[in-house]
Amino acid sequence: MNSLRWRAMVGQFKHQKTGVAALIVLAVFILAAIFAFLAPYDPNRIVVMDRLQGPSSAHWFGTDDYGRDYFARALYGGRVSLSVGFLSMMISVALGTAVGTVSGYFGGKIDNILMRLVDVLMSIPSFFLMLILNAYLRPGIGTIVFIIGILSWMSISRIVRAETLSVKQREYVLYAKVSGQSTFGIIMKHIIPSIMPTIIVSASMNIASSILMESSLSFLGLGIKQPNSSWGSMLNDAQGFISDAPYMAIFPGLFILLTVLSFNFLGDIFRVAFEPKASKR
Amino acid sequence: MDAQPLLKVQGLKKYFSASGGGTGAHGKKGLLKAVDGVSFHIFKGETFGLVGESGCGKSTTGRSIVRLYDVTEGSIRFDGQDLAKMNERELKPYRKRMQTIFQDPYSSLNPGMNVTQLISEPLGIHGFKNKKENRETVLELLNKVGLKAEHADRYPHEFSGGQRQRISIARALSVKPEFILCDEPISALDVSVQAQVVNMLEDLQAEYGLTYLFIAHDLSMVRHISDRIGVMYLGKLVEMAPSDELYEHPAHPYTQALLAAIPVPNPKVRNVSVPALQADLPSPLSNLSGCKFASRCPFATERCRQEEPEWTEIGPGHFVACHLHDEKN
Repeated sequence: MNSLRWRAMVGQFKHQKTGVAALIVLAVFILAAIFAFLAPYDPNRIVVMDRLQGPSSAHWFGTDDYGRDYFARALYGGRVSLSVGFLSMMISVALGTAVGTVSGYFGGKIDNILMRLVDVLMSIPSFFLMLILNAYLRPGIGTIVFIIGILSWMSISRIVRAETLSVKQREYVLYAKVSGQSTFGIIMKHIIPSIMPTIIVSASMNIASSILMESSLSFLGLGIKQPNSSWGSMLNDAQGFISDAPYMAIFPGLFILLTVLSFNFLGDIFRVAFEPKASKR
Repeated sequence: MDAQPLLKVQGLKKYFSASGGGTGAHGKKGLLKAVDGVSFHIFKGETFGLVGESGCGKSTTGRSIVRLYDVTEGSIRFDGQDLAKMNERELKPYRKRMQTIFQDPYSSLNPGMNVTQLISEPLGIHGFKNKKENRETVLELLNKVGLKAEHADRYPHEFSGGQRQRISIARALSVKPEFILCDEPISALDVSVQAQVVNMLEDLQAEYGLTYLFIAHDLSMVRHISDRIGVMYLGKLVEMAPSDELYEHPAHPYTQALLAAIPVPNPKVRNVSVPALQADLPSPLSNLSGCKFASRCPFATERCRQEEPEWTEIGPGHFVACHLHDEKN
């Protein structure tokens, strides 16, 4: 990323306070996830005497139906949710970029085959596929990351392909070609850096949707297994106590909402900053 | 000037398949004959100008020669070796000896790379990995093309069109090529800057003994820089001659029309000797028989519409493909 883009981005942040707010929210959540071990309670320690206590100075977010401290669980849950979001984004961005650039750069038959594959994968309701895959694979964070990652790269690959089609016509790519640069070299040195803004925008949107997907899977009891928690599985736990202890649903729900919203805001800011012509909202 | 041609192009053809899309309701596959049997040669140290309207195939010819495209037919002999049939691996040593300067200075430099990275890009490709030596080469080249050492760490957006084109030239020179394809290198520049760039190209040619294929649609600039000029029309060469000869005795009606279209910087001079061209360029997809220029030629006869004119020499080094000149000889 060169200085020009960097400046455009800083300018955009100055322009839009929601972006700064999003950054702050995400920074807080990420720090909380990293420093979760500083929590005063063990998130998995069951104290039956303290079950379903409302928020208090001892238990900031109250306790759940097993008497576990909800604040500590939310911290550790955030760690799971954020890292699943981030890691599966890495997988889908890597896959989407690879498929998109190859498809767009080579064109012809390769393009046709890859894009029809994308069409096929996109036409299958991915949530359904996730449920099925999940049934066959060993449950765990790795599995969830893998499943979300390999089922959410298709839209990225389409965007990347479209951008590649336009970039590969630019004269600096033609120049690299007539200078003897290898195809791999052209893709790595010219095409990917040129479409980086697009990739960053789709990556930040992708994190948001990955976190949502993980939450949905966990909410259905197919993601993180007890006693571990993620924000989604905490929502699942909260189901039975929605009238007795609404805070159990409110806290994780709020965190999911804020995180997803923040990543979407960031994506929007990147988009406007990188494409000066895009409408200023 | 050496009598040995450095580049010899023979019967070069480049067809594109124009499928579906824009070809109308029939969706029939058509062949776009962008270059249809072009032959010429360029001597060592010479500048060969290639002119013609947009869409006549001059850029395609150039880009086929540097093998940006796979050639449909014909041979491209560079220093005796036929490049037309080589694969990418065999071509690599020739890619160092042939460099290209493109038209659009705004799209020919990667905006994410600084000047040093840009100019040393071909060096890296051809195995010069020593960063320090490359940096020295870059500084030397910047000096050669009239830029300063302090520009070495800047990015393309900080430069004007003319300066960018200088960077392109420095980049092309970095691997010490013998042949440079100049694909309309001045068309996007202001007139005052055009002259500077052309003069610089000439100086560099004298200094390094470069051979240029200079593609342009601006005839006045081409005359200035070229030793010989080829005129293209719809994928074919219609006339080729030493530049002064071409300008003073244009033989083909198309060349005459092109020359008549050069604006004269004197309002009192009225140029009425040659009738202006009628009609538009026919679609390159249409299958024309006979002389391709017949539909727009003020002198066209029935014979022109039937029979394709031969490539004949009407003076020393002056070739033309036109029936008008068959009869005279």
